[in-house]
Amino acid sequence: MSMTIHVDIVSAEAEIFSGTATMVFAPGEMGELGIAPRHTPLISRLKAGEVRLQHDNGTEDAFFVSGGILEIQPHVVTVLADTAVRAADLDEAAAIEAKKRAEDAIANQKGEFDLAGARAELAEASARIEAIRKMKNRA
Amino acid sequence: MAGGKEIRTQIKSIQNTQKITKAMEMVAASKMRKAQDRMEQTRPYADKMRNVIGHLANAHPEYKHTFMVERDVKRVGFIVITSDRGLCGGLNINLFKRTVKEMIGFSDQSIEIDVCSVGRKAVDFFKRFNASQVAEASQLGDKPRLEDLIGPVKVMLDAFSEGKIDKLFLVHNEFVNSMTQSPNVLQLLPIEASADKELKHHWDYIYEPDSKEILDSLLMRYIESQVFRGLVENIACEMSARMVAMKSATDNAGDIISELQTIYNKARQASITQEISEIVAGASAVS
Repeated sequence: MSMTIHVDIVSAEAEIFSGTATMVFAPGEMGELGIAPRHTPLISRLKAGEVRLQHDNGTEDAFFVSGGILEIQPHVVTVLADTAVRAADLDEAAAIEAKKRAEDAIANQKGEFDLAGARAELAEASARIEAIRKMKNRA
Repeated sequence: MAGGKEIRTQIKSIQNTQKITKAMEMVAASKMRKAQDRMEQTRPYADKMRNVIGHLANAHPEYKHTFMVERDVKRVGFIVITSDRGLCGGLNINLFKRTVKEMIGFSDQSIEIDVCSVGRKAVDFFKRFNASQVAEASQLGDKPRLEDLIGPVKVMLDAFSEGKIDKLFLVHNEFVNSMTQSPNVLQLLPIEASADKELKHHWDYIYEPDSKEILDSLLMRYIESQVFRGLVENIACEMSARMVAMKSATDNAGDIISELQTIYNKARQASITQEISEIVAGASAVS
């Protein structure tokens, strides 16, 4: 039996793969990486591409990643995969979009942050909920 | 028969409402289970990431990322996660109460507050009270994607890097169990460095491209994943709160129906009794 290395591929939304492989190929930012067991510790950003795993029995698995971070320790490879295509300008656009939505939402809003008003209203609302609860328990 | 027809219509209409609340209860129950699964699935990513960041922080004790530096607090940011829709009991109100309490603590020290609202309810709430909302995301649905959060989170992270805010908090509901949800305030930035004395490193990574850039993207993703987890957890809370609220609505409808049924039966019997006595009286008058 050949030597294997443990591979975890996870994204923020779900665990994609967890298991062993004899060899891992990943699209590093500085070039394609081939990782065999007992690879020296390395950490690299990934670009969009395929992460391929070679299994003991000669079969291969391929996972598409749109980027992410690869961490290698002698017996563990961790791929922190992105689910979205990331680029500085894309992120920036998303940020601007979020800001704009907020600005639209608070259009023609005047005055100061009325924390006291908020507290008063919440107190009333929760008193109402409490009253309903008590009424129900009595019934 | 006085009021008999009216009572019958009323019972019918309450029965229809009951059907709706019952259906909503069941829908919420099934969505809650799915949301819980999704919540579980976000865990490995965050755990792995914490590990890597821990390694990195240990390997570079001299380098402090901006996200890890404590500063004097003049302005703070809050990312507040709520649901888009109502009908989930006191879930959002309890969350706002907790948030406002926290905010009053800051405003008493004349520290200003920026808000990033996630979810329709938060947007409306902070709009009504004139909070300074710098970013928002709503209508994310039951299966949110990380992409939806990149923008709003980046606004807050940038504000922190540029020194506009000095602390960043995340507020969301924590899923204790399907009956209990509790509002939770979590400090995202600066990241409280966990001084792991047990991790002793005699090795370091090879970095591609370089360690600082890697740490940069790692930390950004880490914060994003925490906010994402908060969002997914909040959805699980929303669903379970809605399930409970709809269950009690269904029960209430049942109570009202049985009360009305009693009134209806009494009215029916009274009218029959009256009819009989009228007939008897009529018959005895004739004979």
